[in-house]
Amino acid sequence: MSRVGRWLTALFTLLFGWLWRRREEKDEDEERIVPKGSPERRAETVVVILLAIASLFAIGFVVTYAEFGTQRLPNELLGICLGLALGFIAAAFAVVAKFLIVTEELEEEYPEEHPEEQEEVAQIIRESGSRITRKRLLLGAGAATAGALGLAAVTPAVSLGPIWDTGPLDRSPWRPGRRLVDEQDHPYTAAEIGQKTFYTAFPEGANKEDIGSPVVLVRLDPSALRLPPERAGWAPFGILAYSKICTHAGCAIALYRKPTFRPVEPGPALMCPCHYSTFDPATGASVIYGPAGRPLPQLPLMVDDAGYLRAAGNFSGRVGPSWWNVRSKPNSA
Amino acid sequence: MIRWRRIALVLVVMILGSVAIAEAQPPSGIVRPTQEPSTPSVQLGAELYAGNCASCHGIAGSGISSPRPGSGNIAGQGPSLRGVGASAPDFYLRLGLMPLSKADREPQTERVQLSDTEIRSLVAYVASLGAGPPIPHPDVRVAGESVKGSGTLQEGLQLFTEHCAGCHQIVGRGGFATGARVPPLQGLTPTEIAEAVRIGPYLMPRFSKTQISDAQLNSIIKYVLSTRNPVNHGGWGIGNLGPIPEGIIVWWVAIPLVIAVCMILAKRLGS
Repeated sequence: MSRVGRWLTALFTLLFGWLWRRREEKDEDEERIVPKGSPERRAETVVVILLAIASLFAIGFVVTYAEFGTQRLPNELLGICLGLALGFIAAAFAVVAKFLIVTEELEEEYPEEHPEEQEEVAQIIRESGSRITRKRLLLGAGAATAGALGLAAVTPAVSLGPIWDTGPLDRSPWRPGRRLVDEQDHPYTAAEIGQKTFYTAFPEGANKEDIGSPVVLVRLDPSALRLPPERAGWAPFGILAYSKICTHAGCAIALYRKPTFRPVEPGPALMCPCHYSTFDPATGASVIYGPAGRPLPQLPLMVDDAGYLRAAGNFSGRVGPSWWNVRSKPNSA
Repeated sequence: MIRWRRIALVLVVMILGSVAIAEAQPPSGIVRPTQEPSTPSVQLGAELYAGNCASCHGIAGSGISSPRPGSGNIAGQGPSLRGVGASAPDFYLRLGLMPLSKADREPQTERVQLSDTEIRSLVAYVASLGAGPPIPHPDVRVAGESVKGSGTLQEGLQLFTEHCAGCHQIVGRGGFATGARVPPLQGLTPTEIAEAVRIGPYLMPRFSKTQISDAQLNSIIKYVLSTRNPVNHGGWGIGNLGPIPEGIIVWWVAIPLVIAVCMILAKRLGS
C-alpha cells in the first residue's frame, strides 16, 4: 500500500514539475522592459577556471590528509589548501557578480508606488541568469567545487575513529595470565607498585594503541577496599587495575588524587581531565562526581610465583565511552 | 546635655568592647623564643616546632589522628612527620604552605612568615626525627644541554605532558581537580619542583625514582622553568590558559572585528 502511495507521489511531483516548467517557458515571451544582457563568454571561462582551481585545492586538502595519516599532520599545508580553495571560490563569486549578473542602476533609492519600475526589478531578478550561455558548464563546475569542498570538510571526521568497524570496542586484548608491562615493555612486579601514586600498564605483547589495552594501576591499603563481594580476590595486596579510558567520552584517566593526610583531605580518586569525572578506586571505580554514567571496568589481577602482576581474567564491563545498551552487552574476549 | 553624655558613654563602651574582642582572639602569626639566635640550630628548630607545629603534628612529630586542643588551644589534627626527611619541611615552609591557618584547608602558597634561619632550624629538627629523603639538588644548567643528566627541554615537555599536564595544564598554569585547587608552577625554584614531585604534596601523587628518574626530573624542571616565559608563536598567549579563553577571544573579539570590517567595506562600496 505504502509503495503504491510513494509511486503516486513521485508521478504527481513529476507531472506538476513539468507543467510548472512549461508555464515558466511561456512567460519568457512577455514584453521586454529591460534589455537582455549581452553574453560574456570570457567571464564564464574565468569563472570555470577559478572554480576548477578551487576544486583542486579542496582535493589537495583530502590528499594531504590521506597522505600524512592522523599522526603528523602538516597543519600549515592543510590550512593553505582550505584557505586557497575558499579564496578561489570567493573570486569566482566576485566575477559572477561583476560580469554575469544583470544589474541595473535605479535612480531613486526608495521607489514609491511605480508599477512599471517594480515590474522592471522583478524582471531583472528573473533574468539574472540570462547572460549565461553555458549554464550547464557553470552549474557543473559549481557543483564539482561544492562537492570537493564538502569532501574536504568531512575528511577530518575520519580521525574520530573507525566509522564502520566498531570491532575494537568489543575486543579486549586481556587474557587470564597475561602480564602487565609498562610503556617500555618492562613487566610490573607487585612489589614495585607503591601507594599514593599511580601507574599505567599494558597487556604484554599486545598493541598499546588498542582502546582496551591501557589500564591504570593504583595500590590502596587492603583494609580500605570496599569492592563488591563478587570481586573478592581481584586486588592482590590492594593493587587495583582499571581501564584507563573514561566511560564518559573516552579520554585518558590521567589524574590520580591521593590524600597526604586522609582525616582532613578528600579520599583517593581517579579522575578524567576532560570533564572531571571522578571515580573511587576503593569501591570498584564507582562514579563519585562528574558526567560519567558507569564505573570504569575493572581488570582482575593476580600475582605469580615470580612476583609479576598478571591479569586474572577480563574486564568487568565494556571498555571505552558509553553508548546505548552498553551495560547489557557482554564483553567478548 | 544628658543625651550627649549617653552617646559618649555608648561610644566608650563600644571602643572598650572592641579592644576586649581583639585581645580575646587567639594569637596569630609565629610564636618565637624571646632570645632568638641568629644561626640555625636544631635547638631553635625544636623550640619553633613546639610553638607553631606541635598543635597539629604532635609532640616530636608523632602526629595527631583525631582533633584535640594543642598549643594556643587550637584544635589540631595532622600527619606524623617522622621519616619525612628534610625535603618535605623545606618544601612546605619555603612556599608558605605551612603553618596552616585551618587544619582542614588546602595548603595555599602564602606569605612566608619564617626567616631563612628559622626555616633551616625547623628543617634540621624535622629531619632529625627520623631518617628520610634529603633536600634534592636538581641539575638544570641551561648551558649544559649536552651535559649528561642535566636534562633536555624536549624530553621535559614529553614527560610533563604524560605525568603533570592532566592537572597542572600543559603550560603549567594550574587549574582544578575535584576537591582541590591545582597551583600554577611559575613561581617555583628547581629545588621546590623536585621536592614536590618526590613528596606529592596534598592530593598530588608522588613519583618514585623508578617512575621518574633523576635525569628525567631534570628535564621536567627544565620544561617547567621554560613556562615562565613561553614562546608564543601567535604573538599573544592569552595567559597561556588553553583553548577556552582562545575560543572566547575568537568568538567575542576576532569575529565581531571581522564582521565590522566587512560592514565598513560594504558601506564604502555602497556610497
